[in-house]
Amino acid sequence: MALDKPYKDIPGTTIFDAEMSRKGYHLNQFCMSLMKAENREKFKAGERAYLDQWPMTEEQKQAVLARDYNRMIAAGGNIYFLAKIFSTDGQSFELAASSMTGATPQEYRAMMLAGGRSIEGNRYVGEKRNG
Amino acid sequence: MARITAGVFTSHVPAIGAAIDLGKTGEPYWQPVFEGYAFSRQWMAKEKPDVIFLVYNDHASAFSLEMIPTFAIGCAERFAPADEGWGPRKVPPVIGHPELAAHITQSVILDEFDLTIINRMDVDHGLTVPLSLLFGQPDAWPCRVIPFAVNVVQYPPPTGNRCYQLGRAIRRAIASFDADLNVQVWGTGGMSHQLQGPRAGLINKTFDNAFLDRMLTDPEGLARIPHLDYVREAGSEGIELVMWLIALGALDPHPRLVHRFYHVPASNTAVGHVILDNRH
Repeated sequence: MALDKPYKDIPGTTIFDAEMSRKGYHLNQFCMSLMKAENREKFKAGERAYLDQWPMTEEQKQAVLARDYNRMIAAGGNIYFLAKIFSTDGQSFELAASSMTGATPQEYRAMMLAGGRSIEGNRYVGEKRNG
Repeated sequence: MARITAGVFTSHVPAIGAAIDLGKTGEPYWQPVFEGYAFSRQWMAKEKPDVIFLVYNDHASAFSLEMIPTFAIGCAERFAPADEGWGPRKVPPVIGHPELAAHITQSVILDEFDLTIINRMDVDHGLTVPLSLLFGQPDAWPCRVIPFAVNVVQYPPPTGNRCYQLGRAIRRAIASFDADLNVQVWGTGGMSHQLQGPRAGLINKTFDNAFLDRMLTDPEGLARIPHLDYVREAGSEGIELVMWLIALGALDPHPRLVHRFYHVPASNTAVGHVILDNRH
């Protein structure tokens, strides 16, 4: 019997379960390599060549090069692994999170200061989005 | 005998660590966050615990996808701050308590909670930010720390009930350790937050405050919250709150509320902080 995955109907959310973890294994392991300063330097010196050392899919590599975090997550990336990329770029978690929402960094910060994204309208796919 | 004197609960947002390390705690954005811990630092200075049993999660620092232990206990003599991508935080090394850790390990495994034993591990912001919040910036942390890492990175984390029952086993283990030690149990992470996808920035104050209320009034009910409720209501990363249930389970029934604080935002996250006194 297939596993029940009732979290699939949460809007704008990808749960990093075993299926996604398997899909994203090499992407996430590439991210782990950026925890060493010398690897960060190698990556910055030539991103494509560095990525080509990893058995990642072309889609995963393109998503990294484009710094498209939604695309990386769809390809199996997990945000705590992907954090090594935006940390290497000198970006904050807030900036990286805002990039996934369609809001500008200023709009996102203003939303957070006003109490964050409301849960109302954001529980189920198909609900009217609110904020 | 060793005794658990208090439970301390706090979020462990990395940006809080950065604010402390970069001297930004007085800035208007951060000032309300740190004000919520001013009482706690004074309280902690008087309490002088010997050991902190610190429940946290590793954020893909010590554990990659190669190995993902659900419950991992740090039995080493010391733990270095991890390099999470911007160099290690300039905080003191964490000094463990290998004797008590080994005692808890043996006791808890025979109590049917199968822990992974870690003898070498770097510790990331999940562990060091709570220490910074409660102790400031000392040259050395003033007490020993047993890191206890819980998988909340790859779904599913352990259930809330499993965490709560594990907390009870940890309570029994600590109470049977034959040395006069003042032990605190900390639960970290949360509260509501989502760091990924178009729903990033989700905050649910109603959920969070109900959780804080029920820590005192209905801990066993809290332990029955299903995973789906956490991820839907408190955000994909809000499920870190199961770690609070380990610390809550380690306390005696009816602990006394010493301090409660809640603030939005710190970066993407709702900050919650509670101190419960476990002495009667």
